[in-house]
Amino acid sequence: MQDYFFTLADALQAKLQGAETLLLSFDGEDSDFIRFNHGQVRQAGGVARRSLAVDLIEAERHAAGRAQLAGGLAQDLPPLLDLLNDLRRQRTHLPADPYLNFDTDGPSGEIRVASELPTRSQALEAIMGASQRLDLVGIWAAGAIYKGFASSLGQRNWHACESFNFDWSCYHAGDKAVKANYAGLRWDPAQLQIRMQDARADLEIMQRPPKTIAPGRYRVYLAPRALQEVLAMMAWGGFGLKSHRTGQSPLILMQTEGQRLDPAVDLSEHHGRGLEPPFTPEGFTKPERVSLIANGAYRDTLVGARSAREYDARVNAAGEWPASLDMQPGSLGAGDVLDALDTGLYVNSLWYLNFSDRNQARITGMTRFACFWVEGGEIRAPVDVMRFDDSVFRMLGENLLGLTRERELLLDPGTYGGRSSNSVELPGALIEGLAFTL
Amino acid sequence: MEALLEQTARRFADQVSAVDFWSLRLVSERKESLAVRQDVVQPPDTLVNRGAFITVFQDGGAGYAATSDLSPSGLYGALKRAREWAILTAPWNLLGTEDHPRSARTGGYETPVTEPWEGLSIAEKIDLLQTASRSLKIDNRIVDWWAWLVYRRIDTLLVSGDGARVEQRFHIIDPGLKAVANLGSKTQVRTGGAARGALQGGLERLEHLGFSAQGPRVAAEALALLEAPECPQGRMDLLLMPSQMALQIHESIGHPLELDRILGDERNYAGTSFVTPDMFGHYRYGSTLLNVTFDPSCDGEAARYAFDDEGTPAERVHLIRDGLLQRPLGGASSQARAGLIGTANARACDWDRPPIDRMANLNIEPGQGSLAELVSGIERGVLMDTNRSWSIDDSRNKFQFGCELGRLIEDGEVKGVVRNPNYRGISATFWRSLSAVGGRASFEVHGVTNCGKGEPNQMIHVGHASPPCVFRAVEVFGGGA
Repeated sequence: MQDYFFTLADALQAKLQGAETLLLSFDGEDSDFIRFNHGQVRQAGGVARRSLAVDLIEAERHAAGRAQLAGGLAQDLPPLLDLLNDLRRQRTHLPADPYLNFDTDGPSGEIRVASELPTRSQALEAIMGASQRLDLVGIWAAGAIYKGFASSLGQRNWHACESFNFDWSCYHAGDKAVKANYAGLRWDPAQLQIRMQDARADLEIMQRPPKTIAPGRYRVYLAPRALQEVLAMMAWGGFGLKSHRTGQSPLILMQTEGQRLDPAVDLSEHHGRGLEPPFTPEGFTKPERVSLIANGAYRDTLVGARSAREYDARVNAAGEWPASLDMQPGSLGAGDVLDALDTGLYVNSLWYLNFSDRNQARITGMTRFACFWVEGGEIRAPVDVMRFDDSVFRMLGENLLGLTRERELLLDPGTYGGRSSNSVELPGALIEGLAFTL
Repeated sequence: MEALLEQTARRFADQVSAVDFWSLRLVSERKESLAVRQDVVQPPDTLVNRGAFITVFQDGGAGYAATSDLSPSGLYGALKRAREWAILTAPWNLLGTEDHPRSARTGGYETPVTEPWEGLSIAEKIDLLQTASRSLKIDNRIVDWWAWLVYRRIDTLLVSGDGARVEQRFHIIDPGLKAVANLGSKTQVRTGGAARGALQGGLERLEHLGFSAQGPRVAAEALALLEAPECPQGRMDLLLMPSQMALQIHESIGHPLELDRILGDERNYAGTSFVTPDMFGHYRYGSTLLNVTFDPSCDGEAARYAFDDEGTPAERVHLIRDGLLQRPLGGASSQARAGLIGTANARACDWDRPPIDRMANLNIEPGQGSLAELVSGIERGVLMDTNRSWSIDDSRNKFQFGCELGRLIEDGEVKGVVRNPNYRGISATFWRSLSAVGGRASFEVHGVTNCGKGEPNQMIHVGHASPPCVFRAVEVFGGGA
């Protein structure tokens, strides 16, 4: 795949005219998808997708295009040359782009992340064997993801990573279910067994009569998967330079009025985790880490290429939202969470969050899978779904009681437009007085 | 129909053999995106997207393979992989092959267009957007502003071993405006055009929307929101404009009625439904004023089509009539599994995803009266316009939605603007509080471009048309810490 991309880049480069510069980004995947419902296979198949993004530049005028690739020069070159001619025609009608920005002397490099995946039949047999008598629903996604960059200035970059992501839930009845995930680069069937057994244990609790709580404020423990949803809302414009400069950040109060979170909150974009390519679509090299919030205070933002030119900043990300978020741990031991919670809600999963008031970082959302009522440090019952509505500044500020010492690395099971290589590593959070409304 | 698709389908049909059943869905899309931000022309983006989705039944199993390699060897390789998937998964299949549709239909469709996209040059389109962009910058407190225009031409060709041949061409246009007003720590955003939806048709849609003239109003409303008081809190009447009705229909009627959700397919991701199969035919979903149609024939709506992506002919039907639940949103395979009559709504977002039950055009039928008459019937309430926040539980019951702009209504008259208008409720009871539905003259076509569901995930455009509607005694509130 890498050889083909670089050969294609050479072939297109040979067709440039005048003082044109060409930037190429390759995005491909060979993915297996097995969808499950009621412990059986609902749909199964594979996707082989290769696409090429093209940016054709001359004298700061440029137009961009994207095309799917067949994988052979004979099939791909004619339509790509047609596309280049389209872009040339468009360019004549365009003014100079004041925010055009690409690396002119970036380093070349290639990375192949080591991995060990099961065959399709190994994966399927392991899942069907471990989930017997369970009402299991979910998705197995596995295979290679490829990203590449090439410019007519000579830069060549490649990143290839094979991974698997099995994301599933097991249902008791109605909406009473537990959620689980096993994802990574090296398959170990014993890990699947362990996670399935944990799911079975939680499922037993889900069979107890549920508790319906009244609206009000409750102490909660947000497990890492639930806290991830809160951080995702902060990341929706909260960490990008452009959204900060145009007043659209949900963290605008941290920017304009010095609002702080609890000093234990430390967030960074950890590009060095390595699941995402280390280069941007414009050829820039990402730094190892970008500090976003330190000691509870706003620090830096993620800066894409166009914003860097517009606001005179340095490029430090491919896009202006986190793809490899990292939250530092606290001091609360995982084994002490229930005692520390004492009485309240143990929230494994939050769902469908959105803003009630973006200026105040006030968010709403639902509890979902395996949320438990805890009394005297013991899990008593599953909780019927509840809506919360509260400010991030309270949740991770004045009402944050602690973060766990242990963290979880969560690989994004998302597959919109292709399999995601995003990830987050974070602890759980103990929070006082979260407001539940409906 | 693109000649390439025609040739590809013919070559494939000639070489396919040794499978119990096959179908081939070819997709060819050209998408052109133009935008001007802060009066600066953004680089145009042109997408040329082609690929094939092959389904195979073999030895009692079903498998698929999708590829962007449309060469004979590429398609043959995909056929082979689809066959291998069918055989591999056959022992564990949830559905028998008899539950899958085997369309043998022939037919076609093309979006009616009066002013083709190519009728304006790229320079003329950029000029149009530049003018719109400049019209948004009416004050220094407008700190960011956008005007954009996106066009998609999508050709699909479905053929099958049983003789199906369905070719469809869609022209979709997505024009939008956005103004961001800021003062200190307060920011308000207002959008216009068809910013949260898309429309089928050509450039004539711009004139229907009054796109070129909307900029100053959009920006003025963003500024007004900066100065406006918070939306009041309490139980009161709620008047939802068609732009917000689109979201209300989408989340609390559309998704709950999707038959694949009811059958449990989406329980790990998009969720389940408070609706159960036994409710169809007698469940009171809303007041007697509630009439909901699945209408793939509605002019201009984003999901107008003649056949779904499995080759089932599409027709307009009532899902809810006089408030009573009639039928689900379920394509042929879901209907076979559930034993219910549904709709032709098995849709795939692209060539690399399988068809699943989606909304298409899901509308509320007009009632009686003008917007002014709806307002005159409200003693105290809030009018809400244009969705900006949406959240609902996984059974599609407990919801909270927010809008860009609110207006207070007192004693039958519209008063001033209020900011951060939100409301919450429960789907199962909310629609029973529907107390007035606007007439035909107030009926507007909107939609949603980012409807997400499915594993693997799929994001697709859907249409929602509705008049403004009034709901009694809804929990309304504003923002603040």
